[in-house]
Amino acid sequence: MSFDLSFVVLQLLNGLTNAMFIFLIASGLSIIFGVLGVLNFAHGSLYMLGAYATYQCVSLFVDSPGQFWWAVIAASVAVALLGGIIERLLLRRLYHHVELNQLLFTYALVLILSDLARIIWGVDQLSVSRPAILRGAVEILGQYFPKYNVFVLFLGPCVAFVFWFFMLRTRWGRMVRAAALDRETLGALGVNVDRLFTVVFIIGSWLAGLGGALVAPVITIRPGMDVEIIINAFIVVVIGGLGSFWGTFLGALIVGPVYALGILVFPRLSMIFIYVIMVFVLITRPWGLLGRPLQR
Amino acid sequence: MGLVPLTGSRYYVFLLTDILIFGLFALSLNLLLGYTGLVSFGQAAYFGVGCYACGLLIKKAGISFGIAFAATGFFGAAAALIIGFFCVRLTRIYFAMLTLAFSQIVWAIVFKWNSLTGGDTGIYDIDFPKFLDSRAKYFYFTLAVVAISVFILRKIVNSPFGRILMTIRDNPERTEFIGINVKLFQLLAFIISGFFSAISGGLFAVFNHSIFPDFCYWPVSAEVLIMTLLGGMYSFFGPLVGAAVLLYLRLEVTSYTEYWPFILGTILVLLLFFFPGGIVGFLQDQIKRWRPAK
Repeated sequence: MSFDLSFVVLQLLNGLTNAMFIFLIASGLSIIFGVLGVLNFAHGSLYMLGAYATYQCVSLFVDSPGQFWWAVIAASVAVALLGGIIERLLLRRLYHHVELNQLLFTYALVLILSDLARIIWGVDQLSVSRPAILRGAVEILGQYFPKYNVFVLFLGPCVAFVFWFFMLRTRWGRMVRAAALDRETLGALGVNVDRLFTVVFIIGSWLAGLGGALVAPVITIRPGMDVEIIINAFIVVVIGGLGSFWGTFLGALIVGPVYALGILVFPRLSMIFIYVIMVFVLITRPWGLLGRPLQR
Repeated sequence: MGLVPLTGSRYYVFLLTDILIFGLFALSLNLLLGYTGLVSFGQAAYFGVGCYACGLLIKKAGISFGIAFAATGFFGAAAALIIGFFCVRLTRIYFAMLTLAFSQIVWAIVFKWNSLTGGDTGIYDIDFPKFLDSRAKYFYFTLAVVAISVFILRKIVNSPFGRILMTIRDNPERTEFIGINVKLFQLLAFIISGFFSAISGGLFAVFNHSIFPDFCYWPVSAEVLIMTLLGGMYSFFGPLVGAAVLLYLRLEVTSYTEYWPFILGTILVLLLFFFPGGIVGFLQDQIKRWRPAK
């Protein structure tokens, strides 16, 4: 088999674009697990709602300039608020339960939210058009690469950097990191841990909503996108390390391109290959490439 | 219950066969969950292996139903041996994630291996064998298989082996201290569980006449966990009760509305918040309350 180099490069760029989307979603999943200790199956549902909400907002704001960007902001904030409500009213009551109950609660949310989306938006495939400024494509090695994807490729690392800055340099970031290590001691030091948990869940949900909002122009929005993405997000956080921020980024950078390039070489095995990486990491280093062993 | 086919109701024959099959599936999961304390989030893999082993042996290899079905459990056990060998090295959330990852590999293989499994379109026209050529006869066959399996599972959990599993569930570290090879016993439980999950898969393949990759997809693992929890994971027959209630509700509800997942999710939330012991656990508490200790 011989490949045109420019085609391989393009496919690599597509894989990296996907990696940025997965990173947005998985980073929220990872921070929620790191701090709250809850593996949130409903994270994919929040992502799906982000996409649906963006579709809704784009049609609401149809006459205003920059409608897409307003829609992204409105949709992701709405999803973040929903996350906050879920944490405050429901999830909070399950912290002292066994892990299985928390896991199944988030699965119950998957079922409920997927049907809510079906009730509101039906089962048709919906789509959002790209913002005017990012229509068209750039030429790379003679191949055309959508401008929107270029934007996503830049945005991903920016979000990662802002996030990293927040975690390392701000008071809230320090508290979040402390909560991940030892929530009792943090509470004893006078920090309102309950409120911190809510804030973390809101931030995580916002990232899921943002991922869904930004992915809306490049995919078809449809029922079932929640269950598909959540497994990919799991793979990424497991490979990088549950609760590890840069691990998630690394995990996304591995999974996106491996999948995209794998499809070129072994169209049938690409998906299996990703799961095999996940299994391999779990067996040899259960806490992930950049994670720390769980002490609790 | 054995007399139901005599009433001539196709509805109940169908429902009861379904309940027996998934009841066995949930019971086999509970050997891990309730008795050994291992949260398997990939039980769909062994159910799926059972489905495809049975279906493929009949349709592709042309083997008679009796032999194919007898082999089904061993395919499940073999898959569980290979997968379990790695999984029992991990604990808690990592164990759950690894079982999930392996089950997704099984799903991906089934989904992608078009020439063998038919891929997304699945395998069709798996007929009832000649000697079980009606729903009623197949119901009796299922009843017999499930009864024997339940009998064996019950023997297992009440045996010294079963006691060791429960000791592991309650405190794996201490069990290790008293000289028991915890990983080995967990692996044995994993294999037995895989064996019976595959048996239920094999029963289902013929009952349903067709099989699809979706039977190995992760939401199936979640659903059987819900059945187990709904019935009660700390009682032997709890999972069977859970399967019965859930499947009955699904059949009733889906005739009124297409939003069954919404209702299932709501039931699950109510269960987790108000009846964490499941139906059987709740009833046992009530009985204790009304009958003060002697």
